[in-house]
Amino acid sequence: MSLTEIKNEKLEGWNRPARMESGGDGELLEVAMGPHHPSTHGVFRMDVALDGERVVRLKPVFGYLHRNHEKIAEGQSYLASMPYTDRLDYICPITNNWAYALAVEKLTGQEVPERAEYLRVILGELTRFQNHASSIGFLIQEMGASGTPLMYAFREREKILDLFEELTGARMMVNYMRFGGCRVDASPQWLDHARKVVAALAGFVDEFERFLATNEILMARTQGVGVLRPELAVNAGVTGPMLRASGVNYDIRKVDGYGIYSRFNFRVPLGDHGDVYDRFMIRILEMRESIGILQQALKDIPAGPVMSPTAKIRGFRPKPGEAYGRIEAPKGELGFYLISDGGSNPYRYRIRPPSLINLTILEDMCLGHDIADVVLIFGSVDIVLGEVDR
Amino acid sequence: MKSVEEIKSAIEAAIPGAAVELVSNPSPSGQHSLRLAPECAVAVAKFLRDDAELALDFLSNVTGIDWPDSLEVVYHLYSVTKKHGPVIIRMHTVNRTDQVELPSLTPIWRSAEFQEREIFDLFGIIFTGHPDLRRLLMWESFKDHPMRKDYVEPDDFEYEPTAHDEVLKRAQAHKDREQGSGIREQGPTTA
Repeated sequence: MSLTEIKNEKLEGWNRPARMESGGDGELLEVAMGPHHPSTHGVFRMDVALDGERVVRLKPVFGYLHRNHEKIAEGQSYLASMPYTDRLDYICPITNNWAYALAVEKLTGQEVPERAEYLRVILGELTRFQNHASSIGFLIQEMGASGTPLMYAFREREKILDLFEELTGARMMVNYMRFGGCRVDASPQWLDHARKVVAALAGFVDEFERFLATNEILMARTQGVGVLRPELAVNAGVTGPMLRASGVNYDIRKVDGYGIYSRFNFRVPLGDHGDVYDRFMIRILEMRESIGILQQALKDIPAGPVMSPTAKIRGFRPKPGEAYGRIEAPKGELGFYLISDGGSNPYRYRIRPPSLINLTILEDMCLGHDIADVVLIFGSVDIVLGEVDR
Repeated sequence: MKSVEEIKSAIEAAIPGAAVELVSNPSPSGQHSLRLAPECAVAVAKFLRDDAELALDFLSNVTGIDWPDSLEVVYHLYSVTKKHGPVIIRMHTVNRTDQVELPSLTPIWRSAEFQEREIFDLFGIIFTGHPDLRRLLMWESFKDHPMRKDYVEPDDFEYEPTAHDEVLKRAQAHKDREQGSGIREQGPTTA
């Protein structure tokens, strides 16, 4: 019996949470996968019920890394939360900074200078590249190819982190963006260094793809595994590479055209089957598009200030009101929803975490598969627990 | 895309008796929203999702808010097929103590499943019709809702490794308070 048949039989409506009955003698083995399981990317637990090796129930358990970030942000000024956003998705601090800065800029109506927009795009796409490279590396690692593919990815990531360090002073906790611009300007040397790094990235993607894309074991383990249908993906709020792997053309860089993304020429790769293999392949293709955007941005970057001269960075009190700002982070739609009551702190500070919401359909994707495939399906979602639990 | 006023009249035309109120947003973002009466919220949500012109098939973000006199939930809706949005709908509870039920929109949009659980956990809004309403981030035996403005943090005394007079005094006060309030009668459970 294939997975879809099982699901159609047991579901009352196509968007209801999936259920499965045991086909055997009714005796289920319950396994707590995590919070220390090496494949859970941090402290995360899945309570899995198994019939033999087949998954018949899977309940994710969250909260091991919960520190009530949203509450902490309500107690401090707008600027004071900026370094804290680095710790959300700590693989991609730049895009977290960006989403938060965008929301505050919407709330206060601030403009961002041209050069700062270019720097944001350059750093954002470098972030996307290293996120996709390492997430593929982790996925392959979980498939059993210990070390080597992951280290290939980390070798490139290291070059990008060196660029971050040179510009911002930190490899990961960059605290780079400000409301109305960026904290420091990039020197001509930095831009030259970045051009050199970007020029070498295409070779890495080619190599990575040649090693992996037609690998027999990878294909056997991932094709047809963890299929996510497009209607369910949209209904369940799945975003980012996962949504596009299911064949839904929705990239916020294209849809909203925030910042200056409407100026760049890039394509949105789409998957056909929505399985683990498509999610892997989409990330490879998105890395190529990122390189294209990086080359255009590094060519066109204008001179000028990186902070708007009228920008209010600290000590400002936005008018009462609210704003929702969202960007296409490497993991999906990252949004910040801010409500101001006219004070110097936000009255409500809400993060829309793509990692958490992409896990909504984890059970649906895993039902009927072997327990060994759960590790791959979970890995293909690409989450970071700092963002899931906040 | 239709303006908020047009969406309001479209809802009122499609669902007779639906109480929809326009909430204007004075901030430069200009994101105005619609306040729905909880009784008609599920019907309105279904209309917003299935209407051919609006096609708001993607519920992006669900936020809980603790206002001084009520609790509120805000839903940010987008359309993947039409590529427009956001349309913002909100509902509020009668008060913030005993009448905190709101209808769940999880049957309309699955993406609300975890987000409504989180709001139930951190704000204490009870979503009727939610398929699996459990705490999401705090442990099951936890009492209280940490995101509420009047939440009092536990006066944990454990961080100081060497106990001396001051710490011991605080520890005793903590113990008394715990026993008095019933918060944290038991530690984290495995459930």
